[in-house]
Amino acid sequence: MTDFIAPGQPGSKVTYASRYDHWINGEYVKPDSGQYFENVTPVTGKVFCEVARGNAKDIDKALDAAHAAAPAWGKTSATERAIILNKIADRMEANVEAIAVAETWENGKPVREALYVDIPLAIDHFRYFAAAIRAQEGSAGELDNDTVAYHFHEPLGVVGQIIPWNFPILMAVWKLAPAIAAGNCVVLKPAEQTPVSILFLMDIIKDLLPPGVVNIVNGFGVEAGKPLASSPRIAKIAFTGETTTGRLIMQYASENIIPVSLELGGKSPNIFFNDVAAENDAFYDKALEGFTMFAVNQGEVCTCPSRGLVEAKIYDKFMGDVTARTKAIKMGNPLDLSTMMGAQASTDQLEKILSYLDIGKKEGAKVITGGERADLGGELAGGYYVMPTIFEGNNKMRIFQEEIFGPVVSVTKFDGFDNAMEIANDTLYGLGAGVWTRDMNTAYRAGRAIQAGRVWTNCYHAYPAGAAFGGYKASGIGRENHKMMLDHYQQTKNLLVSYSPNKLGFF
Amino acid sequence: MSLPSRVDYSPEAAELLLKLTKINGPLMFHQSGGCCDGSSPMCYLKGEFRVGGSDVLIGELVIPRMNEPVEVWMSATQFEYWKHTHLTIDVVDGRGGGFSLESPEGKRFLIRSRLFSDVEWALLENSPVQTGA
Repeated sequence: MTDFIAPGQPGSKVTYASRYDHWINGEYVKPDSGQYFENVTPVTGKVFCEVARGNAKDIDKALDAAHAAAPAWGKTSATERAIILNKIADRMEANVEAIAVAETWENGKPVREALYVDIPLAIDHFRYFAAAIRAQEGSAGELDNDTVAYHFHEPLGVVGQIIPWNFPILMAVWKLAPAIAAGNCVVLKPAEQTPVSILFLMDIIKDLLPPGVVNIVNGFGVEAGKPLASSPRIAKIAFTGETTTGRLIMQYASENIIPVSLELGGKSPNIFFNDVAAENDAFYDKALEGFTMFAVNQGEVCTCPSRGLVEAKIYDKFMGDVTARTKAIKMGNPLDLSTMMGAQASTDQLEKILSYLDIGKKEGAKVITGGERADLGGELAGGYYVMPTIFEGNNKMRIFQEEIFGPVVSVTKFDGFDNAMEIANDTLYGLGAGVWTRDMNTAYRAGRAIQAGRVWTNCYHAYPAGAAFGGYKASGIGRENHKMMLDHYQQTKNLLVSYSPNKLGFF
Repeated sequence: MSLPSRVDYSPEAAELLLKLTKINGPLMFHQSGGCCDGSSPMCYLKGEFRVGGSDVLIGELVIPRMNEPVEVWMSATQFEYWKHTHLTIDVVDGRGGGFSLESPEGKRFLIRSRLFSDVEWALLENSPVQTGA
């Protein structure tokens, strides 16, 4: 018996419907095609519901609803919108266990992460943007005695958002909260691997939002995502995913001259300087945990610390200790609170990870631990489980250069500060990084030298609202998780006003 | 002596490409990098994805019973890290993958890789690759 009962079983906190339609204009709407696709839980590999298979006509219907709602929603006061965001947060808090179990069942992550991290962060995100929009002000610039430049924030109108499958609720909320706080209406396309946990959340909060403010259309990327991203009826598109689709979305956006924000992943270095092991104390223990964070969410995190850089002098000792820590990771049913690592989100994700374990071995990387699929037996035998894996190799290997998006860390040794920075920056990406040292001068210099948008310093994988998150280099454009995000969802209106009664004298 | 190929396909991939060509028309691949669905070969209608000077053509898949070869592209910066490996486009069950054309079929293209042999690499190491410019 697990700590939380599986959805659909007697006594479970979650009952998923057997079928989900699109959420458009405040109600469920059947798909234009009449077709549905099956939704599988990665926990057991079994189908648990059907989901509407959207197409361009469904997207248009959702855009109709969003455009109809946008003028009134855009004119609500910041106070009214903030109150609604706060009510959403309160409602989620009252249902946190159910939402966490729903997300775990669809995504495969351990419920302790959903319950203590993902959903609380999502709740806080609504509160953060409720506060940010209340506190936001325009400006009045006195350009000269008679001339004033007023600046007002105005919503963009209707925006499109495409959500990834690794944090189906949190990533949706990262995009939704600032967009609706700023007065926009949204058409949102969840990932086809995780289409319904966001609808489960919608069912809990649906009475709090006016119809048409948030619309959710499910379906395959090519059939539903593409018509959304390429629609001339959106004022902005936000996407979290990978580089090729990111470029394609920019290409469509260029046809409509609209802004994009893109978060496209990374290959984050996690750097451990010699002095980390100077004492066998709480800080050293924290650093070992920091290394092992590659297993958070089964490694399916854009900022997974998937490259471990360890300084030569402590290499053997440190690797011995983190290997022991990694071997102690408890895999099991994600609905158990003691489970540390759950299932990969989908079968094709599992296949991709296995293909990287294969090329890693072929390139001569040494498997220190793990390196293969895990069979947890019983009812989990059909689930998608991979052993937490440590590879040892060099930074030119493909497992050091590509985002595996699994519980796999590739480790190499470095010699001195400059060598660490050289390896850290030898990557196409620049989303996250970790720096571990007891010397704050080293920490500061490293943090500034690493070309990445987020450098965790003596910590890792914390995502509090208020800390800007986004990429350098091929990792994307724009920032999330910070009030500056409001700028990504607002126009600037300037009224340039002359209070002089006199003409210029030119004509 | 002709150059060894950098990219190949499995019989299952050929079958799926034939099917997708029938439904959509001539196809192309662009190899993705990065998050979530990254590191996957994305399959598009030929010309849908605009390639340019920052992309390289790593091969053309010549598939029996198909009128046109399927071009396989990759960003040039990514190619620098991949060029020492031979790629095979394969298919697994799955779903998703950005706007790639196969996902409604319940399939997913997947890259399988191996190191080039010394003989192959001697021929390929200094041979130029065509860009999309």
